Amino acid sequence: MDKGIPLDNSLAGGRHPIVRLRASEGLSARRRRQALLDWLVEKYFAAAGGVAILFILLIFMFLAGEGLQAFRTIDPMRFIGAVTENVITEQTEFTHTWQPVSEVPKYSLLPLMAGSALIAIPATIFSGLVGLACGIFLSEIASRRLREIVKPGMELLAGIPTVIIGFFILVSVASLVQDVFHTTRRLNAFVGALGVSVVIIPTIATLVEDAMRAIPREIREGAYALGATRWETIRRVLVPSGMSGIAAALILGMGRALGETMIVLMVTGNAAVLTFDIFKSIRTMTATLAAELGEVAQGSEQYHALFLVGLVLFVFTFFLNMAAEIVISRMRRRLRL
Amino acid sequence: MTFQKLLSIAALLVLAMACSEARAEKITVKGSDTMVITAQKWAEVYQKSHPKTSIQVTGGGSGVGIASLINGTTDIANASRPIKKSEIDNARANGVYPFEVKSALDGLAVVVHKGNPVKQMTMKVVAGIFTGAVNNWKELGGPDHEIVRYCRESSSGTYVFFKEDVMKNKDYAADCQTLQGTAAIAEAVAKDPYGIGYGGIAYFEGRGDVKILPISPEKGKPAINPMNPGGKGVNYQVIYDRSYPISRYLYLYLARKPSGEIKNYVDWIAGPEGQKLVEETGYIPLPGVLPPPAKPGG
Amino acid sequence: MRFPSKTRSRKIAGAFYEGLCAGIALLTLVALAWLLAGIARGGWGTVTWEFLTQPPDNGMTAGGIFPAIFGTVALTLLMILLSLPLGVSAAIYLTEYAGPGMAARVVRAAVNNLAGVPSIVFGLFGLGFFVLFIGRGLDAFLGEKLLFGQPAMLWAAATLAILVLPVIIVSTEEALHAVPASQREAAYAMGATKWQVLSRVVIPQARSGILTGAILGVARGAGETAPILFTGCAYYLPRLPVAQIPGTPIWMINPLDQFMQLSYHVFIMSTQSHNPTLVRPIVFGTALVLVTLTFLMNLGAILWRRRYRRLREQARG
Repeated sequence: MDKGIPLDNSLAGGRHPIVRLRASEGLSARRRRQALLDWLVEKYFAAAGGVAILFILLIFMFLAGEGLQAFRTIDPMRFIGAVTENVITEQTEFTHTWQPVSEVPKYSLLPLMAGSALIAIPATIFSGLVGLACGIFLSEIASRRLREIVKPGMELLAGIPTVIIGFFILVSVASLVQDVFHTTRRLNAFVGALGVSVVIIPTIATLVEDAMRAIPREIREGAYALGATRWETIRRVLVPSGMSGIAAALILGMGRALGETMIVLMVTGNAAVLTFDIFKSIRTMTATLAAELGEVAQGSEQYHALFLVGLVLFVFTFFLNMAAEIVISRMRRRLRL
Repeated sequence: MTFQKLLSIAALLVLAMACSEARAEKITVKGSDTMVITAQKWAEVYQKSHPKTSIQVTGGGSGVGIASLINGTTDIANASRPIKKSEIDNARANGVYPFEVKSALDGLAVVVHKGNPVKQMTMKVVAGIFTGAVNNWKELGGPDHEIVRYCRESSSGTYVFFKEDVMKNKDYAADCQTLQGTAAIAEAVAKDPYGIGYGGIAYFEGRGDVKILPISPEKGKPAINPMNPGGKGVNYQVIYDRSYPISRYLYLYLARKPSGEIKNYVDWIAGPEGQKLVEETGYIPLPGVLPPPAKPGG
Repeated sequence: MRFPSKTRSRKIAGAFYEGLCAGIALLTLVALAWLLAGIARGGWGTVTWEFLTQPPDNGMTAGGIFPAIFGTVALTLLMILLSLPLGVSAAIYLTEYAGPGMAARVVRAAVNNLAGVPSIVFGLFGLGFFVLFIGRGLDAFLGEKLLFGQPAMLWAAATLAILVLPVIIVSTEEALHAVPASQREAAYAMGATKWQVLSRVVIPQARSGILTGAILGVARGAGETAPILFTGCAYYLPRLPVAQIPGTPIWMINPLDQFMQLSYHVFIMSTQSHNPTLVRPIVFGTALVLVTLTFLMNLGAILWRRRYRRLREQARG
């Protein structure tokens, strides 16, 4: 040890916190005690880090544990569709319906998945465009002062509870939309997608901005040096090189849109129909869980079917997240060159 | 330092957990949204005269209430439909022996937009609309437009009751919009000229923007309006004698034969004070408990 | 200097598209302002002192929302107590202990995944795991009839704690990274062990960042509805979720009670209320209170973060 710093009680009269010495110990004993403490602390923090992994695994195992039990009493084909009698023609046909409370419970997941898709895909497209524009604005075009207003504005938008957005749409926007578009149904997928877009625009904008900022200055300067205007640089150079970041933003935005619950619960009409008409009422997987989970008796067939829906939802968002991770790490690796 | 602070707060919380054992008499009530307003009124008034009892009321639907009864997380389940045999079996398997108490009566109204030209319906037509057999208003003498159906979530007793009693257990059409409560149905039908919905009368009474349809039990028989002439209040007589075809009891289900404070509460509900509140919230009191109302116009 | 016309048209086109982006960004903010204004307009008249301090009355058509405010505060307090130590520790692991190796990448991937799990799936997990599995298990172990195995603030807070964990971890990581390496090196040079460096130098300096993360977490937790739908929220409770420590006049939050909550209140009153038109002002008022609370918390965290970032840059010279 360097002779410069006395490792005994002489520093600050023995009161300096870093080198406080217990009166009864020698130097090596203190070092051993501190080494033991350090070792314990390191194990503790490693365990804390592992907790995130633990929770993801727990969620998956629990959902799978309860959800896969559904296959014990429900034939897998019923999750696609079932044979029912058509009320009008009185003939049997193969339909896709989700109606767990019925003489013959129907568990087709297709209407729910179609409903989720009918919300998530349009919302992602719309928010993708808006978020891209906002992200570009924030990273390239806005002056520092403007940025200091707009960026917090985005973060505040992200912080608004989704139930408030759902409520606002329910009371104000839905009627407005019905007046403008003359839809048959006031509560439909379009209104739901609109609400969900509001929620994911900040997510996409922030990620796009980060992606653009990560592009090295040399690339920008190279383009300017070649005589490009700022917009041409953005359009032909920056956006293509930031493409993986933008893609990741869209993927994560879609994941978020799939997972949105309160808005779709309040404004989509909750009709479990398999349709691709955005002006019809639909029912998403998330709204189904929120609406029906309270009524199930623990261990009943519907209980397990709902956990299966939750498992499907979890797996979808998990894969979307993984895809985004891969895209981002590839982008990072490329930019490090 | 922060760590120690956290420890002490945690210790206090643990202490609080131990204390939750010693509480005043607590009754949990869950279930029917149709009944939740009345249930709350019952709880409010009862607690005023019995301050040592604490009653907690939640909605969610009759299905939620009965499921909670089976799971053991509620003392009383409000249900706007009778308990099913499968639920009774489920309950028995969990050590719960459901005890039924009739608490009030209700008429289910079928409502359309106030501007809808249709004047009445038969039970068969109503069933046809909600199962998807009848799809256009022009089949009933109305405008040429698709019928927009509004119904309740499957956890709702109203949903189940309507299905069993009116639709004879056929399934709802897939494109029925499921709304969370009867009030939401009222709002939706009020805003939709081509809409139709159903629910406990209390939610539609007094609203000028929806029309309660008189229903006839079959073709050829007269259509009965559940409301008094002039729309002032519900016509108890047609509910009591079942001439209005869509009427039902509102039930309280208990986990076992009541005793103690729960028995006091349930008896109070079935007695004059509780039934008076039933009347105030727009439902129909059990026959014979309250003095007959003064007949309008002598 | 005059540019040849081709360059000028390029410049004009560029200005147009840039203006478009700027317009879209500003329109987004206008949408935010419209939303807030709508809520404010609908709820302004309703929010009075009585509204904030009285319980609901007359079948929820009158009175105030004090129990919902209290429930929200109690719930988020419990939530942050559960998630802050865990989140800060995990962040410390990621910043200080984990190398660039596989372990750190897996942990980080897990944190990102946790951030992406739908909120209703948390609710599902909370119901099935905390309430039914752990709660019933605890009851069986302790021989209680039904104490832990039902929806309660404790389980709702635990569910929200997992949901908010990524927020805490990310903010804390940022705060820890902001502590300059020179501070750490100086401490090591004085002979401190790693734990001493952490506990006496790094964490104290990262305190404001950690606090910002906690505020952001609380704001997030206060606004979430789906995870608490089945794990503890109630429509109407006659009493606050408190208990008195026997023998003392001290009242404590009772984590085994159910609670009312602001965002749940907005949801339940706007969809399942007896008379939506009558209670609409109350719903607006509740929404206004909730939005104001989360807005102020988020704004406070953002401004604080900006302030100490600027201070740190200045300190660095």
